Amino acid sequence: MKLIFEKSKSGRRASSIPKPDLPVPGLPDELRRRRPPRLPELAEPEIVRHFTALADRTFGVDTGFYPLGSCTMKHNPRVNERVVALPGFRDLHPLQEEEGSQGALELMWRLQEILAEVCGLHAVSLQPAAGSQGELTGLMLMRAYFADRGEGEQRNNVITADTAHGTNPASVTMAGYQLQKVGTDARGNLDLDDLRAKVNEETAGLMLTNPSTLGLFDEHIEEVASIFHDAGALLYYDGANLNAVCGISRPGDMGFDIVHINLHKTFSQPHGGGGPGGGPVVVRDILEPFLPVPAVVRDAERFHLDYDRPKSIGKVRGYCGPFGVFVRSYAFIRSYGPALRQMSEAAVLNANYMLARLRDVYELPFDRLCMHEFVLSARTLRREHGITALDVAKRLMDYGFHPPTIYFPLIVPEALMIEPTETEAMETLDAFSDAMLEIARDAAENPGLLKEAPHHRPVRRLDEVKAAKRGIVRYRFDDHPDLTGEPAEGEAIEAQKGA
Amino acid sequence: MSYLSLTDSDREAMLERIGISTVEELFQDIPERVRFRGELDIDPALSEPELVAHLEELAARNVHTGQELSFLGAGIYDHYVPALVDAILARGEFLTAYTPYQPEMSQGILQAIFEYQTVICELTGMDVSNASGYDGATVAADACYVAKHVTGRQKVVLCETLHPQVRQVVKTYAPGFGLEVVEVPHHDGTTDPDELRRAAGDAACVIFQQPNFFGCLEPAPELAAAANEAEALPVAHVDPVSLGLLEAPGNYGCALAIGEGQGAGNYQSYGGPHYGFIAAHSDFIRRMPGRIVGETTDIAGERGYVLTLQTREQHIRREKATSNITTNQTLLALAGLAHLSWLGPQGLREVGETCMALSEYAKDRLALPLLFPDRTTFKEFAIRVGRPAEEAIQAAREQGVHPGYALKRDYAGMEDALLVCVTEKKTAADIDRLAEVLKKIAG
Repeated sequence: MKLIFEKSKSGRRASSIPKPDLPVPGLPDELRRRRPPRLPELAEPEIVRHFTALADRTFGVDTGFYPLGSCTMKHNPRVNERVVALPGFRDLHPLQEEEGSQGALELMWRLQEILAEVCGLHAVSLQPAAGSQGELTGLMLMRAYFADRGEGEQRNNVITADTAHGTNPASVTMAGYQLQKVGTDARGNLDLDDLRAKVNEETAGLMLTNPSTLGLFDEHIEEVASIFHDAGALLYYDGANLNAVCGISRPGDMGFDIVHINLHKTFSQPHGGGGPGGGPVVVRDILEPFLPVPAVVRDAERFHLDYDRPKSIGKVRGYCGPFGVFVRSYAFIRSYGPALRQMSEAAVLNANYMLARLRDVYELPFDRLCMHEFVLSARTLRREHGITALDVAKRLMDYGFHPPTIYFPLIVPEALMIEPTETEAMETLDAFSDAMLEIARDAAENPGLLKEAPHHRPVRRLDEVKAAKRGIVRYRFDDHPDLTGEPAEGEAIEAQKGA
Repeated sequence: MSYLSLTDSDREAMLERIGISTVEELFQDIPERVRFRGELDIDPALSEPELVAHLEELAARNVHTGQELSFLGAGIYDHYVPALVDAILARGEFLTAYTPYQPEMSQGILQAIFEYQTVICELTGMDVSNASGYDGATVAADACYVAKHVTGRQKVVLCETLHPQVRQVVKTYAPGFGLEVVEVPHHDGTTDPDELRRAAGDAACVIFQQPNFFGCLEPAPELAAAANEAEALPVAHVDPVSLGLLEAPGNYGCALAIGEGQGAGNYQSYGGPHYGFIAAHSDFIRRMPGRIVGETTDIAGERGYVLTLQTREQHIRREKATSNITTNQTLLALAGLAHLSWLGPQGLREVGETCMALSEYAKDRLALPLLFPDRTTFKEFAIRVGRPAEEAIQAAREQGVHPGYALKRDYAGMEDALLVCVTEKKTAADIDRLAEVLKKIAG
């Protein structure tokens, strides 16, 4: 398919701009643009067709089943799109005076109250823009808390699990902490012996996803919390998998002090091809003074933005955060009300049903009931038939399914990480399971079919090695190289994660 | 109301297949003492019509820019969003897809990101753009992280005329990065290149804004040259809407160009979600944060697009990654691509000209002292109203006009200063109305 620039024709345009009968002032010569940017030049019909064709070549939850593990690709209710487009939300300026933004402030305040309740904790900042920014914000809160206690220099390391999302160690580095890793025991829990050996007076805290990226709830979570709290350290809950436990178990009750929530996972903000997201942080009362400014507070019947927080870490994003995301998540939660528990129950039931259907054919590294997702291994298929997790993923596309997350978590070889979410029907889970079973049969009987998959997508397998080597990351117009006809150099990079 | 698909008979059949008899048994691995046994204290569930009514009631308690004649800008702008942007973003395939990890499923969104990267590079005169950052503030912190690793230096210099919230975010990130933040004051609304050169010695980067927070045009090529002489990376924070008229940062020696994309394609939405953009000279491609889409071919030799240079990223490089960013702002960046495609080079230029023409008309018509009378401005300018700014705002709002932003919120000594923003959506009659209101209330 042609790029929009290749459809462009000089002199064509779509826009009409008001032109008041006023003189246009001049610009100093050294500041004036010499050559206009080569933006597309198309009339409106061709622009609309271009993006329609791109949408046709994109697969979303609206298109079909999307069990991308750790990403919680649930249905995104359409009513949320209707309410977020209300002019009172959509056309509200973030610097509008407080008396002109009471509805927005009240919505944020109400969402904060709900998130604190779901987490069993006390105070919330909605400001972080995504989960990984929530992580970084949480680590900044740790830093500020210990600095305030005079332990800032001493506590210089943060512990993460070997099953952790890559964002955890990356956030640790960005926050200026040293990274310590702990292993996983034979049942998929944190290795307590390893943990005890590494937690000491230099530990600032733990970052943990619970249930873990293996889809398993840590059976020793109370003991884990004691180990850290006894050492004067804090516990950080990576909320990537919160969809498993809403109304069932609360991070605050588990012993966590700081939580980030992915509003685009658990609370249905559409993922938008990669974003936007929302990553609010929820904390225990001892950490509230350090939260980002402004805080949204209620004073009798009025709502305010409170900047007077002398111990605050500052701002992590412009204005009050991604407000449109808050509107959608608030609407989603109010649809369930106190019955939010049913959402998590259905998510866990759906995952366990698929696990029951697949566990005899694909290897299950940890033989337990799962939570909202589970991890299988294609190791046996690889050993016996040379079929990898990547081949399974590509073949699933031919059945009209988005593949699961593959090659993550890193501790499971040939990992297939499957998260159905609560919104899928039993028939869909069955159809996907049937496909997985047929693929396992084909691995033995017709492996070539899998190796060459997908067969029915707009493109065949893409050469990622060539992409990285050539580094063509923008269109270069008349100087654009033609890669077609060059021999393929390699296959996909075998590492991928969700979240 | 809920969005679940399971019937009672489905549940029974599924439990049977799993080999348990109740849903409760699914949670047997959760220790008893950390189970939540109560009912969540959340207001009762609402049906869809009730939900809409509730949110309409909340929305009605906000005063939006369709109700009030507003001249608020200061980083978020009421530019016209063309209808086709709404239509394109309503496509469920874009709305409900995620990061294109599996390129064969996602050629459409991957190509759109590649086109977005190209548009950002064209606007800024750069070689590489990522798929988007969170907003115009966090991309400044991203730029500092790039500069720290490229130069090995431990200081960053911010011009005081850089958006206050952008500076605040950089200051929040800086301690974790091991960076000291130094600010350079303005003189009559712009930055002095010599002063910047002195401050930039041993700095990793210098960030200036063009047009700056006061709406004034900085001597941007001189600022970039000053930074380059000190071997600090020059970083320009630019308004995409200005780049039909103003020179691209890549064409006057900047290493990176960053900015808030909202004015190109996104509604104000009380501050988000929007997209930040970050683009760089090709020298820095391997230090770029976040997703980047590259061109390649499939095994049959057909052109296609993939996420590329992933060895920079957290899911592979983990603690040595160039950033922790994962989820970004792709849908908002797609809106930017659609909007800029609608504008085209001619439309972008015309929007800039209309903003400038109306803004000059407003400066004349308001007949109030300019805070920085000797400066060229783009779509915003600062005036003195002769009485505390918040009083003037309140008085004007009682007349149905929001006259602008009170600069005293961020700058000492600007008690009576208002930052007035005029976009192409305003008319001469709107400006006449503002003049009439301010004439009555100015001290």
